[in-house]
Amino acid sequence: MIISNCRKIVGGIGEGEMLVTTQPINFLAMVDAKKGTISDPLHELYGKSLKGSILILPYAIGSSVGAYVIYSLKEYGNAPSAVVCSNADITTASGCALANIPVLNLPHVSVISQLEHGRKARVNADVGTITVEPWQ
Amino acid sequence: MELSRDEEKALDGDNGEALATAYRILVAIGEATGAQKLVPTKWAHISGVNYNTIGDEGMRFLEKFSHAAKFAIRATINPMGYDRSKPEDISHNFQQRQENIARSYERMGATPSFTCTPYEVFEIPQKGTVVSFAESNAAVFSNSILGIMTNKESALSAMSSAVTGKTPLSDLRLEETRKPKIAVEPDFDFMTELDYGLLGYFAGREVKDSCVALSRVKKLDTIQAKALCGAIGTSGSCGMFTFGGKAKEKITFGKKEAQSVRDELSSANDGDIITLGSPQLGMNELKLLANITESRKFTRRCIIFCSRAIYNNSLKIGLAGKIEKSGAELKCDSCICLTPYITKDRFDAVITNSIKGAYYLSKSNKLKVVLKDIKTIAEEYMK
Repeated sequence: MIISNCRKIVGGIGEGEMLVTTQPINFLAMVDAKKGTISDPLHELYGKSLKGSILILPYAIGSSVGAYVIYSLKEYGNAPSAVVCSNADITTASGCALANIPVLNLPHVSVISQLEHGRKARVNADVGTITVEPWQ
Repeated sequence: MELSRDEEKALDGDNGEALATAYRILVAIGEATGAQKLVPTKWAHISGVNYNTIGDEGMRFLEKFSHAAKFAIRATINPMGYDRSKPEDISHNFQQRQENIARSYERMGATPSFTCTPYEVFEIPQKGTVVSFAESNAAVFSNSILGIMTNKESALSAMSSAVTGKTPLSDLRLEETRKPKIAVEPDFDFMTELDYGLLGYFAGREVKDSCVALSRVKKLDTIQAKALCGAIGTSGSCGMFTFGGKAKEKITFGKKEAQSVRDELSSANDGDIITLGSPQLGMNELKLLANITESRKFTRRCIIFCSRAIYNNSLKIGLAGKIEKSGAELKCDSCICLTPYITKDRFDAVITNSIKGAYYLSKSNKLKVVLKDIKTIAEEYMK
């Protein structure tokens, strides 16, 4: 499956298993950058590792310092390979821009709901596509 | 987003790596918010100062960046981790790293304000002025109460604006976005500042838009306004509220909804420390505290956070002394959120009236929290 016409927020290419959530993330309060995991027991991705994933989330919430947590994830080698937001926000965009993590905006919730947790995908933010395996 | 030729050149690195990084960040947030262009911004308030929030990686980045970048506009900064004049309880390691971060910001030309309430410390520009405020409570307060225009900036985007003097023209800098589509309407009478905090947290969590209307909310005093602004900024992506106003959709905020927020954030019945000051307290709040604590003493340890500027003013008129007589400790330069003064190995549960404080104490510091309004705290924990 190829999803095209996504909007580029930060360019680049990334590949990994999709980590999908419909709950927003407060990166400062809910992410442990050193471990690379979601640390909030109330979040549906609790305990899951972000490392090398294609992180698919609605948007970031709360602290403006979340951008540094995204940067720290990268520096610790725990960053997602790419990020897809349904409503890209300033915290995600700025953190990923500094950390060179590709970001796409995909506002269509019906398309996002087809994306399966754990399945491999390739994000090409430069041309605005997400390719989901099986590759064609 | 269209860039001018000079902006393009800066993005390509003609003016050095630091400016190129700043423009890369501005382009990304411009794309995220659908901006057509960059416009001048007058004032950047930058978060990402506390070592506990940005860590070693943030510290190293800032050290490198600060040797190559200078702030082009007025730049003020958020609280750090502890009171510079009272470092006794703080480990040497933390102090060293925290000072390293503070020096980086000062090297670039920041005013060492260490406050999350710049709107109570600095002169406020005219209504409609474009500014760039990270620190969510300050962004919400500025848009909603002061009528100056900022998006809910991130630590990095506000710093990029400080370096370039530019910011995207988008989102809450456009009149159409400042008109709310959804209203949140309380269906009960509010008794305390805590009710405003609960409303703010609920509104921020439920409404995905940048601006929300709050029906039946009339003029607010400073304490109510700050409780509301801090809470809205914490739970969501909302950066502004309006007092009433036309909205297509309405969400009711009843006692059940208020209780659901309380249940999420208040996890204990009693605590071993009281803390106030997220957002940091201003003169009005210190005056109120001086009144309600008069001739009484706290029965628990009590730490109160305010900015250095407010503390100095309150010292001059004898307010600080009055409050300290109650046994409360006033601390500057820092705030409740992620301070090493209030950690799990020192305390079990914290009593506070701050929704924002409660959120970070429980999620980041992993402490239990008791939410009570300021008057109830004084009634129950003073004699």
